[in-house]
Amino acid sequence: MSLPVADGLLVVVKDDCETCHLVVPVLAELVRTKTPVALVSQDRAGFPDGFDVVHDRELDISWHLGTDTTPTIYRIEGGEAVDEQVGWHRSGWERVAGTTGLGRGLPDQRPGCGSDTMLPGNYERLLRRHSPYPMSSRRVELGTSEDPIEAAFARGWTDGLPVVPPTEERVARMLEGTRLAADHVLCTLPPDLAECTVEKVAINAVMAGCRPEYLPVVLAAVEAAAGSSFNIHGISATTYFTGPVLVVNGPVRRTIGMNSGINVLGQGNRANLTIGRAVNLVVRNVGGARPGGVDQATFGNPGKLSFCFPEDEEGSPWESLAVERGFSPDESTVTLFAGHGPIEIIDQKARSPEALARSLALQLRMVAHPKLAGMSEAIVLVSPEHTRVFWEARWTKDRIRQEIHSLLTIPTSEMVAGAGGVAEGMPGWLADRKPEIPKFGPEGLWFVHAGGDAGMFSAIISGWVGGRTGSEMTTVAIDY
Amino acid sequence: MTTLLDPTSERTTHERRLTARPTDLAQSTVALLDISKPRGDVFIGRLEELLAERGVAVRHYRKPTFTKPAPLDLRRQIAGECGAVIEALAD
Repeated sequence: MSLPVADGLLVVVKDDCETCHLVVPVLAELVRTKTPVALVSQDRAGFPDGFDVVHDRELDISWHLGTDTTPTIYRIEGGEAVDEQVGWHRSGWERVAGTTGLGRGLPDQRPGCGSDTMLPGNYERLLRRHSPYPMSSRRVELGTSEDPIEAAFARGWTDGLPVVPPTEERVARMLEGTRLAADHVLCTLPPDLAECTVEKVAINAVMAGCRPEYLPVVLAAVEAAAGSSFNIHGISATTYFTGPVLVVNGPVRRTIGMNSGINVLGQGNRANLTIGRAVNLVVRNVGGARPGGVDQATFGNPGKLSFCFPEDEEGSPWESLAVERGFSPDESTVTLFAGHGPIEIIDQKARSPEALARSLALQLRMVAHPKLAGMSEAIVLVSPEHTRVFWEARWTKDRIRQEIHSLLTIPTSEMVAGAGGVAEGMPGWLADRKPEIPKFGPEGLWFVHAGGDAGMFSAIISGWVGGRTGSEMTTVAIDY
Repeated sequence: MTTLLDPTSERTTHERRLTARPTDLAQSTVALLDISKPRGDVFIGRLEELLAERGVAVRHYRKPTFTKPAPLDLRRQIAGECGAVIEALAD
């Protein structure tokens, strides 16, 4: 846009600002010089009285300049701002104006006021109007008496809970959370193999209740979910319980305020709950996986609304899940796992790592079925009190894994179909080929440190069919 | 008035006619597709017996895993070699 002055000075002021009134004598000094000066008022058309003032009624000039404070003085060269000073600061104004002796009798400096562009409502309106990436999604105009929350239900957009209505203003604000363009195609999302743009993810993130700073996590998770290794098609379509489980690692956990402590899998933390919910809403609304349609789950599980948590890296003596999976501790990552749960493990008596590993193994044998092996995977959430038992003996995650693999390498004769009077089980021919079989494959068991300080419990998140035949745990960097 | 942005893929549904159903299986080969779920072989085996009693030729196919859609090459192969397909969908 063209500014009211192409070469000269421009000062943005407003009547509702004490500092702007303070600098009126300085404005008078400036307009008496040979330098062209444009005065731009954000609120009252004639402010300051007695000057030739451009009224920035729609705030477009202020938005273009990026004004966040009034007054702000700009030096304009060739139609662009090349220097600026916010508030009243004598030496700063003199630098920008290229003069000296301004505002004699005024204090040396005085902070300014917030620009009207930053007012709630104005900011979102301006953001939408001036977005370099105009949104292309279909506009759904509601009747004047139509409740937007009910309208979202009526159109089949929700997961059964109310959603935040995705207005253009909210979505524009959400898109500020990423450096990707709104029309950037993030992935092709199963099961409908639909093109999924950043804008569509942002709309669903708004509906889920996310803040803009959560969006990069949601984008990374959606892109990972769409990859062939994670197999979101199968996860969505299965009769099994499972759904996407998200484990977040790295600095982003703290910057967006995720909870890895008390009630880590429960209610109460906005980031934990809305990030997982956003991913599931994208899979539903863009991918097309809806219960009763593609989603044929016999029971499902409550985590299909949202199942997302961070690892407690600060409280852990161990390498994080992300580091085990090849990332640096400085990288923010999200790991996707096809899972459900949790299954509890109580052990309040073990004081040796060997005893505690035996408890974990007993309960881990239950995953899927005590007589099925090599199919499902599992994440074990190890609480601080259980971690303490292992770490007092300096057992690493890998040491625990080896111990449990050893404990859960089971005689095949116990595991085959029919053994023990239980029809379910591994194929009978296995008994002739292998005397014993491991419950979990080499990539089938993972440990994450999380949970409140009190409680000698751990928790199993059971997996679906693991590996290439089902869903592979997938970890990606969050870099959007 | 409130305006919302559509969160869906905005895809429209294309209606396509089903391929005409075979009126007589005796003239065509029936694909028996095992999706690799437990006991799928039991179901397929019984169907093969019943079809054999009626003089219907069958061919056996198997998906690599029940968790993913049948690979495109497998679908093309079945379409090229058979006139009908029966899928053992679940255990």
